[in-house]
Amino acid sequence: MSGLRLLAGPDLRSGAEALADHTRRLGAPALGGRPLIETLVRSGLGGRGGASFPVGLKWRAVAAAASKGPAVVIVNGAEGEPQSHKDKVLMATRPHLILDGAFLAARTLRAAQVVLYIGEEHRKAWSAMALALAERPEAERRITRMAGAPNRYVAGESSAAVHLIDAGAATPTTTPPFPRERGVAAVPTLVQNVETLAHVALIARYGDAWYRSVGRRGAAGTVLLTIAGGVKSPGVLEVEAGTTIEEAVGATGGVSEPAAAVLLGGYFGVWLPAMQAWEIPLDGEALRGRGLALGCGVIGVQPAARCGVCDTARIMRYLAEESSAQCGPCFFGLRALSDACSRLAERGTNRDDIARLKRWAVEVPGRGACKHPDGAVMFLRSALSTFADQFASHPAHWRQQPA
Amino acid sequence: MNTDLRLTIDRIKCDGHGLCAELLPELISLDDWSYPIIDPGPIPERLAPIAQRAVATCPVLALAMRRTRVSK
Amino acid sequence: MSDIVLWYTTRGAGAVSMILLSAVVILGVLSTLRFQGSGWPRFLTPALHRNLALMTLVFLGLHIVTAVVDPFTHLGWLTAVVPFSSYYRTFWLGLGTISFELLAAIVATSLLRGVIGQAAWRAIHWLAYASWPVAVIHGFGTGTDALSGWFIVLSIVCVGSVVIAIAYRMVQPSPDLLTSARSEFRSAVSRKPDQ
Repeated sequence: MSGLRLLAGPDLRSGAEALADHTRRLGAPALGGRPLIETLVRSGLGGRGGASFPVGLKWRAVAAAASKGPAVVIVNGAEGEPQSHKDKVLMATRPHLILDGAFLAARTLRAAQVVLYIGEEHRKAWSAMALALAERPEAERRITRMAGAPNRYVAGESSAAVHLIDAGAATPTTTPPFPRERGVAAVPTLVQNVETLAHVALIARYGDAWYRSVGRRGAAGTVLLTIAGGVKSPGVLEVEAGTTIEEAVGATGGVSEPAAAVLLGGYFGVWLPAMQAWEIPLDGEALRGRGLALGCGVIGVQPAARCGVCDTARIMRYLAEESSAQCGPCFFGLRALSDACSRLAERGTNRDDIARLKRWAVEVPGRGACKHPDGAVMFLRSALSTFADQFASHPAHWRQQPA
Repeated sequence: MNTDLRLTIDRIKCDGHGLCAELLPELISLDDWSYPIIDPGPIPERLAPIAQRAVATCPVLALAMRRTRVSK
Repeated sequence: MSDIVLWYTTRGAGAVSMILLSAVVILGVLSTLRFQGSGWPRFLTPALHRNLALMTLVFLGLHIVTAVVDPFTHLGWLTAVVPFSSYYRTFWLGLGTISFELLAAIVATSLLRGVIGQAAWRAIHWLAYASWPVAVIHGFGTGTDALSGWFIVLSIVCVGSVVIAIAYRMVQPSPDLLTSARSEFRSAVSRKPDQ
């Protein structure tokens, strides 16, 4: 597929690219500094951790907050979303792209410390990043440490990452203050996803015009996706921004059976009816215009043969159990929503539970310290809409399906 | 300068005591689990004193009152 | 004649202080249990707890002032703030001084809670549990009435009520329903720093 950039280079199956090969293939790393921030702003690069926040603007904010002192850079490779694998693949095969981006950030923002925050169960990714770090120059190694992210859904959230490094527990904290103002050791902290930093590494070498030179339907750059569910070859792939969902799924061999819906963005995303989803371009701006978001780049294809109600109940149960139990509305609200979904799945449709779902779906969002309850409710609402017919007439069963 | 008084709450500190809702039912109600649902709008000036009392009564100092500038 | 008035006022104010302080401790315990009844909203318990604590300080002030001013006791003002500095019943009076200072610290920090923050406030507020028994023991040690009937009955009622309240508190589950889930999650995601 044309437009391979992050995943260009040696075959992914040969493992991590060593520093010497990386440097030979791409040239010496760029130096970074304040001009890089403006380049990033012009490139329009958006964050790839889930929020899609413009990277240049984020670096500007941290630089402004850190104008009189040091900063910290957290390289976020936690990837707590169960269906997402793009970050693991990137860490395991192109660790030096990520590290280039990390140290570009460190030099630009005058960071005194870089932390590689990697999911502790992502073994291959962890060892690839550790070995790559050992190959770096001493000036870079000296300011860097590695920290294991616990394998929980919210552990990858920015404030949770900061809290793990600062206080030893990966629980989200109340914001404001945000990490970019006050993070590790009360110092402005940049928390950036590994894929984003890999893009930064290339933009710093080749410029914003180069970044924008690929893309379809007016979009710019490339995007890493994880294609999952009812497809012939699930896995990670890189596509040009603006590629439609249908084109992306087609690139992995297409669906393995007729599809009813698509889950865009993982459990923090939304269900869309398949007919509507196929033509949607995977581009930050275009998605925003439709009230959607790329999120962590997971595209889950839901076969028509699977029960949408049962799968929604299963995912809601997971999201409820992943609450950090710090805020009542999230812990109790998601549990109640999840229980109601399970009752619908197991005992069949009933008006009371549907009414309860609708009431709590209004009460719960916005009343937790982080966005976990908001994301879960948005997911549920999209299910109620996309699988409306099935929710209205669900028979009393619990279809035993593999998760 | 036009300013607004608004209630803010630290959701992690909040333990669902519910004293705020008893003192300020005009702006705060409780959900099914005794946690506050707070009116996000500006606090009417006549309610400011009782809102201040609600802030002081919170056993964990989760509730706060902030004055924010309003742009027209 | 006025010496006798002072003397009776000291003992009376002391006894009232003990009653009030016992009520304050009980209301504090009930506050953590989030007590409410029909016609008794939850906010009433901590509000009464706070107001009775302030009232305790008033009677305690009266108790201390009349004791110091009384020529019979030969107490200087210093004995009100420096424990064990009196010749008169040194040890027992010293306990009273300590109890008074603990109570003053609790009230001061409560009034300044917005400034010093919740954590500091909480740490000092636990001293409340020391102020009360020290005050009761002081009453038995210094009090002229220590062995008189009314004082013994009063003390049994006060001590008994506080003990029952504390015992009740200890057997009740925490009214904060998130407690166990919160600490379970926290220990699941806690890691020691390795470098």
